[in-house]
Amino acid sequence: MSERDAFSTALALIGGADPALWGIVGLSLAVSLAAVALASLVGLPLGAALAVFRFPGRGALVTLFNGMMGLPPVVVGLAVYLLLSRAGPLGGLGLLFTPAAMVIAQTILIVPIVAALARQTVEDAWREYEEQMRSLGATPRRSVATLIWDTRFSLATAVLAGLGRASAEVGAVMIVGGNIDGLTRVMTTAIALETSKGDLPLALGLGIVLIALIVLINAAASAMKAVAQARFG
Amino acid sequence: MHRRRFVGIAAITALALAAPAAAQEKSIVVASTTSTEQSGLFKHILPPFERKTGIKVRVVAQGTGQALDMGKRGDADVVFVHDRDAELKFVAEGYGVDRREVMYNDFVVVGPSADPAKVRGSKDVIDALKKIAAAQAPFVSRGDRSGTHAAELRFWKAAGIDLAAGRGGWYRETGSGMGPTLNTAAAMNAYALADRGTWLSFKNRQSLVVAVEGDGKLFNQYGVMLVNPEKHRHVKKELGMAFVDWIASPEGQAAIASYKIGGEQLFFPNHRK
Repeated sequence: MSERDAFSTALALIGGADPALWGIVGLSLAVSLAAVALASLVGLPLGAALAVFRFPGRGALVTLFNGMMGLPPVVVGLAVYLLLSRAGPLGGLGLLFTPAAMVIAQTILIVPIVAALARQTVEDAWREYEEQMRSLGATPRRSVATLIWDTRFSLATAVLAGLGRASAEVGAVMIVGGNIDGLTRVMTTAIALETSKGDLPLALGLGIVLIALIVLINAAASAMKAVAQARFG
Repeated sequence: MHRRRFVGIAAITALALAAPAAAQEKSIVVASTTSTEQSGLFKHILPPFERKTGIKVRVVAQGTGQALDMGKRGDADVVFVHDRDAELKFVAEGYGVDRREVMYNDFVVVGPSADPAKVRGSKDVIDALKKIAAAQAPFVSRGDRSGTHAAELRFWKAAGIDLAAGRGGWYRETGSGMGPTLNTAAAMNAYALADRGTWLSFKNRQSLVVAVEGDGKLFNQYGVMLVNPEKHRHVKKELGMAFVDWIASPEGQAAIASYKIGGEQLFFPNHRK
């Protein structure tokens, strides 16, 4: 197998507009974007609060979140599997082997990333504006909201880092999704499957499509950021 | 206001994604093995079943040991695997019901064409394994409690080989599926035991060829059964049984027989009432 095989396979995949491939791409995007949205809802305020509030154990919590940025996907997948399994505490929901289970696992994976990076960004801004905000009589709660809004362009990087992690991981979605054809098969699990079948050009071709997709999303985010920054400063 | 809009978008995205999972059509989850999925058998036999019954079959492909565990936990409606001893135990312990033997294929020992252990062409798998161990030729094992792994361990035992000594040396456990194990064997010029279905559909053979085949011991029986609805009340008994019965029916058996790669039949139906 040569690299040209993989590239021509990738081009054929994109050009051929195989509906099965687009289903897989669409599900990958939907799952990872939903996880990023949920993780941002939790992680951004959490990170900002960690930056602003002072309480005992804060240092330990910051270290914990920094450490959990490296959560092994396969462990998160296993934990969510046991949770959602019919024999597990949340088995009654019947969520195992559904896209919803994949969103849950990826959300858990990326909350620490979004929170830890947001904490750093907001803390830097807080250091700069703390006196000013206090003199204006802003409560810490109010400051958290204001700081998130003021640092939104920098926070976009935290969100994109989360998205990168979500769309690239295979360990968690493989376990909780089951890689079911037409239901829970995403780009990374499809790549793992084709590698298993020994169809390396197809696996690498899918990989090239995935990487192109991630680069495209990041380019779109940068462009949006540039436009928004120009308009709103 | 902007913040609120962001929260709104996030919530809608999450909901939109959860919705298709909630609106479920008639479907069952089948815990099966990598050999049936990766060989392409399911892609061939499921469409006629789904057309006839309207039941969508969701296949989760793992090793037989894992697939049976999934059944035990109640995470599947049907189990379709190949390890007779383990299946009978599964049924005896009350986890499975209505087991049917539905098809077979066979295992093959594959190895590098250079054949360092001089076993190529042999029809005696036990003798071949003895020679591989004596030559300390690299052998890659699944090491994952799959049906193929269980069969391999039985053969080593019959050959009287103590694997502990070779582990990490010439005997290498990948702890992964059939495909990854064949990829590893191809890269290491090693021998491996494979089911013929996966072998025939495997594309990255490099110098690997079939070294040993045709021994009666290499017979590989597949069984399908319903997860016991009395153990797990949510098991879709009727839909699951429709699948089990169809696989054993003349129609299902014919579908299995008609699956070929390059003119070669991969699985042989053998259900007897």
